[in-house]
Amino acid sequence: MLVKYDQYMQIIENSTVYDVIIVGSGAGGGMATKILSEAGLKVAVVEAGPFFDPADPEQMTQLKWPYESPRRGASTVRPFGDFDTAYGGWEIEGEPYTKEEGTDFLWFRSRMLGGRTNHWGRISLRFGPKDFKRKNHDGLGDNWPIGYEDVKPYYDKVDKLIGVFGTNEGLPNDPDGFFLPPPKPRLHELFYIKGARKSNIPVYPSRMSMLTKKINNDRGVCFYCGQCSRACQVYADFSAGTCLIFPAQKSGGQIDLFVNCMVREVTTDEEGRATGVSYINKEDRREYKLKGKVVVLAASACSSARILLNSKSSQHPNGLGNSSNIVGRYLHDSTGTNRMGFVPDLMNRKTYNEDGVGGMHVYTPWWLENEKLDFPRGYHIEMWGGLGMPSYGFGFNANDFNSFFGLPVGGYGNSLRKDVKKYYGSVIGLAGRGESIPQKDNYCEIDPTKVDEFGVPILKFNYKWTDHEIKQVKHMHDTFEEVIHNMGGEPLGGKPGKDTNYGILVPGEIIHEVGTTRMGDDKKTSVVNSHQQLHDAKNVFVVDAGPFVSQADKNPTWTILALSWRTSDYIVEQLKQQNI
Amino acid sequence: MDRRKSLKSILLGGVAGGLAVHGCSPKPENATEPVVEIKKYSYGRTPKEQKAIEKLLSETFFNEHEMNTLSTLCNLILPAEGELKGALDAEVPDFIEFMVKDIPEYQPTLRGGLMWLDHKCGTEFNLLFNAATEEQQKSILDGIAFPDISVPEAERPLEIQFFSLMRNLTLTGYYTSKLGIEELDYKGNSPNVWDGVPEDVLAQHGVSYDEEWLAKCVDQSKRGVLAEWDDDGKLIT
Repeated sequence: MLVKYDQYMQIIENSTVYDVIIVGSGAGGGMATKILSEAGLKVAVVEAGPFFDPADPEQMTQLKWPYESPRRGASTVRPFGDFDTAYGGWEIEGEPYTKEEGTDFLWFRSRMLGGRTNHWGRISLRFGPKDFKRKNHDGLGDNWPIGYEDVKPYYDKVDKLIGVFGTNEGLPNDPDGFFLPPPKPRLHELFYIKGARKSNIPVYPSRMSMLTKKINNDRGVCFYCGQCSRACQVYADFSAGTCLIFPAQKSGGQIDLFVNCMVREVTTDEEGRATGVSYINKEDRREYKLKGKVVVLAASACSSARILLNSKSSQHPNGLGNSSNIVGRYLHDSTGTNRMGFVPDLMNRKTYNEDGVGGMHVYTPWWLENEKLDFPRGYHIEMWGGLGMPSYGFGFNANDFNSFFGLPVGGYGNSLRKDVKKYYGSVIGLAGRGESIPQKDNYCEIDPTKVDEFGVPILKFNYKWTDHEIKQVKHMHDTFEEVIHNMGGEPLGGKPGKDTNYGILVPGEIIHEVGTTRMGDDKKTSVVNSHQQLHDAKNVFVVDAGPFVSQADKNPTWTILALSWRTSDYIVEQLKQQNI
Repeated sequence: MDRRKSLKSILLGGVAGGLAVHGCSPKPENATEPVVEIKKYSYGRTPKEQKAIEKLLSETFFNEHEMNTLSTLCNLILPAEGELKGALDAEVPDFIEFMVKDIPEYQPTLRGGLMWLDHKCGTEFNLLFNAATEEQQKSILDGIAFPDISVPEAERPLEIQFFSLMRNLTLTGYYTSKLGIEELDYKGNSPNVWDGVPEDVLAQHGVSYDEEWLAKCVDQSKRGVLAEWDDDGKLIT
């Protein structure tokens, strides 16, 4: 049974000592909540946003029509459009951040139970053996202290618990798993397959966490509305609330949810061990304290770094876990750039329902060898297109493509209807998402001159791409143009040149930021050990993407989930052995 | 009655006591001055978002003359014709009134463009745009409706930017309305089971599925069967 959040809003000032306090309820926090509560531990989950359940009609956006929004889905308020589920964005009123001059970073936060898992793309890729040991291959950055073989058993368990469709292809660095069967490609995806293969670029069924087949009795099977970014009312896609926290509550876990509660710092005792957290209740704007034997940070890479840096004490004068001065450093996001193409062979389409799952049915994992290239690491290719539901922006520049046929552009009157119909579904979009090289000098730190509306010192970002990333996105654009031409299409909008760093998106825009509390065996150069445990405080763990030594050209969520599970098992074992 | 009320009354035929009364229906005997209800939107807003929407809906940007001119323009861009519904049927002017408050950057272009239309019409025909004949109106539009797309949009003359924006908003307003979606024949946004592109569509576009790929895809007749795998990750159900 789901309990409404307002029941959890009572002020906790009693002396309850939780076994574990988990800060954040996204992928990492959700998984920790499930594993730790099912081990019989008494758990507090502290979430900065409100309770959220996609099955609650008051919060639901799935299956709404564009005209149910007065702005027809425009992105004025929610950055991915009015129907997107994320409560938050790159800017949140009252919760600012700053940037060092000459550097850039965009910080996406989603304040709600389940965090960013409510609206993410559900692209669920395991890291491969090479991804954990990149330094061995190109001498750049650092290796992880663990390898694929350490994480594989947990990836397997995550596949089976949560459900991911895909196919076993036996690829060396894109491991097989326990997949549900993928959906058939859509029309534009068949064009992509044809176009990519012409250039020897491989294409495979995508790997995404939607249930194309039943996985248990608690979750529904995908009904192909294509709206996973709106969160699924039958729980057929993965989000931390619906797939981890609610089931953990249902199976009788001792879980107290504190929502609309923003953690300020981890409190510590005279020996430097964590004693709990202090948080601000957003409803009454007062500060409270919770006591716990173990603190698990899962607030997102940058939020967890912020909490640690703000947790200063005489034992940890530099911030908790920061004797190394590494907290906040090695911040890195995926590289990214996008291109669209007009494909004349996709004009004049008959309509039918091809919504499919929310996102692509096929994709291209990284396929080249770097020895022959002028940049390290790689990228995967995502694509979109098709007969989508109109929303704000549909019909803009309705007949610009007339220019390709020497016909007049613009005009007015009923000929516009024919143009709209003629070109509906004829555009394909390609996106590259690649691996950057983590840099010590790319970091977030506390800006001591400013606080948020809750009085908590805020983050200041320092981030610059290097030539490695810029050359990589140049390659993406060369590839995109080639594939679009292979499809008989025309790339749109001009190819970005050197003056714009080849169209590389701003760090943070891909929302794969990781690395701020990185993992390592040496406490001088890392923040957590291979169990995501702080070197400086044994009863504090970080289970978001902060511990990532390097962010592969994959999406981080599946690895966050696997590592959080692995760490949770370790916590249970360590508590049993009374080591923490 | 304020301007908004009068517009609403035209569209809805008056709203009394929360009851929509159609234009052709007789007025209830004790009908008082029609009270306008602000349209309710319910689609999973947070309380803060809901308040912001209500605030925008309660405000008025365009004055009555501007709104009338805007409506004339919407109707020229997408008129009803035969079976086909037009921009006014889909209440596109109201949508534009909302958007100009939601995205205030549009305000100078739209308001300035409407002024330009009257100025131009005054210069040419000594008439307000709305008072001109359709032929006269179109003669003015012909000068601004065909942008040179080799010139970046921001560098085009204001009146051309204005008309492009009006056309964009009119089309997007229409095709995101119930009427427009029906006309477009968009068939999704409803529960279904995706099982591939129809054969005739594949044939029309000259593509096909390869058997090897199809063999990997979901057998929709077994979608309700609980997934089980062997130890190697092969699905066995």
